[in-house]
Amino acid sequence: MTTTIRTPAARPARAARPPRAPKRRGGRRQWIAWLFIAPFGVVFLAFLVAPLVYAFGLSLFTQKLATGNAFVGLANYAQAFTDPLFLGGVLFVLLFSLVLIPVQMVVSLAAALVLDSLTTKLANFSRLMIFVPYAVPAVIGALMWGFLYSPQFGPLTQFFALFHQTAPNILDSHNVFGGLINVVNWQWAGYYMIIIYAALRGIDSSIYEAAEIDGANAWQIAVRVKVPMVASALVLILVFALIGTFQFFTEPTILTPASNGAITPSYTPNIYAYTQAFSYTQFNYASALSFALGAVVFIAVYIFLFATRKKGRIL
Amino acid sequence: MILIVYFLLPLWWLLVASTKNSHGLFSGTGGALWFDKTFALFSNISQLATYDNGIYFRWLANSFLYALTGGVGATLLAVLAGYGFAKFNFRGRRISLALLLGSVMVPLTALVIPTFLLLAQVHLINTTWSVILPSLLSPFGVYLMQVYATDAVPTELLDAARVDGAGELRTFVQVALPLLRPAVVTVLLLSIVATWNNYFLPLTVLSSEKLYPVTVGLGQWQSLANSNGATQTPLFPLIVAGSLLSIIPLVVSFLLLQRYWQGGLSVGSLK
Repeated sequence: MTTTIRTPAARPARAARPPRAPKRRGGRRQWIAWLFIAPFGVVFLAFLVAPLVYAFGLSLFTQKLATGNAFVGLANYAQAFTDPLFLGGVLFVLLFSLVLIPVQMVVSLAAALVLDSLTTKLANFSRLMIFVPYAVPAVIGALMWGFLYSPQFGPLTQFFALFHQTAPNILDSHNVFGGLINVVNWQWAGYYMIIIYAALRGIDSSIYEAAEIDGANAWQIAVRVKVPMVASALVLILVFALIGTFQFFTEPTILTPASNGAITPSYTPNIYAYTQAFSYTQFNYASALSFALGAVVFIAVYIFLFATRKKGRIL
Repeated sequence: MILIVYFLLPLWWLLVASTKNSHGLFSGTGGALWFDKTFALFSNISQLATYDNGIYFRWLANSFLYALTGGVGATLLAVLAGYGFAKFNFRGRRISLALLLGSVMVPLTALVIPTFLLLAQVHLINTTWSVILPSLLSPFGVYLMQVYATDAVPTELLDAARVDGAGELRTFVQVALPLLRPAVVTVLLLSIVATWNNYFLPLTVLSSEKLYPVTVGLGQWQSLANSNGATQTPLFPLIVAGSLLSIIPLVVSFLLLQRYWQGGLSVGSLK
């Protein structure tokens, strides 16, 4: 699959793969393969490689009022990694993923396991309903929850009034963390649930029969058989969630006006980079922040995948 | 089930709230989760059509334009490239695939500001293209397609078609493409949703209100409504009704196409 056709010495390495018809028109095929890939390749170069290279270039300079652009090497990065506002944002997304990911895993795994044990039309319907929030734009999701959290017109005021209590303001600085966790969980748990559910469906049911004969009850089957067998799906979800949290931008931005300052212009690294670029026109510094953020996520995910490689190859 | 209530409650609220006028939203009878005595859905919609010269429907049209061109384009590129990676043996394949997998892990929003700066260099900022072109990039789509095509399209079948004298393009269109349909629908839906829901990119590259997609437009209204001071503003009912209208197309397309995408979505996890 991966070796070139003209090197017979490399053939034994392919023995494990399904047999292929020999390719005699190798040269022409090579050319055709590139034709299939070229359109994507152009976009890839233009909107992934070029922006990264350009941003890295910009990040090495700084704009001086008197002298124009000056080369400063890695000074912007040194500034970023000693900037309390940037580090605060990074710490926030770290804490956020530490709380969010377990919550999301439990909710989506529980939903998938319950749905997997039902086989009725109801299960089909429930699955779709749980998935629906994924189709809702993050902006709308954040708007809706913002309204629901609002002490002015949300249902919380009424609910707490039943017990003669005043409702907590979810958007103040004490509660906004949990409020955001809830918004993101609501938005994505259904998508993750579908991925786990599909993996559960892929398990051969004779395994369950074997476990039953061995005396396992439904709960034991779920925890000891089903969960380990969908481990690779769980790893995939974890990676998605990790990448997603580090780029956190939309939900906090939408909730900012209603939060009375609880969400600051440096709340997450992305918001901070945006603020630097568009409020202070510090494009060089913003480039450094974006590039540093991308690199940190990339390295973190790579290390994570490497560490979990034994549990299942996902990418 | 509690879970269903949790997932549907906000949508139920949205449905109910969009039938209320300003007064009903803040101090109507029946509370936040039930209908008010005045039913204002249609007056809300007609206000949407006239407020600020009906800019809301322009935003909605923009969203359609961006999502369709960006989503269809990204899918087309992903199908071609995924098939190319899966079914051809060529020099540089291994390194290209490694590059592709690496790029799946690059967070796309980390690219937004660099992309903005690059587009500014070529004077494409604040044009339709500044939203559509970056939306064509979908490394994950290519990856999904490659995984799916490797298993779903038997190489023997392609070779048989070639022996019968079909050209590469014809083999692809008539033999491979029908087998790829579930993955195509999945990637299409995912990329349309991604473009429709995108907020950071259009917020950054667009400055003219007329080019906004509905996400950015509603976001602007929200901050406007909050800064105007709560109760008098007529904007809140418009935001709510506008939110409802904007999610209908996506929710409906997901429900209609569920047969196709549910199979395809699992591809990444089963491998």
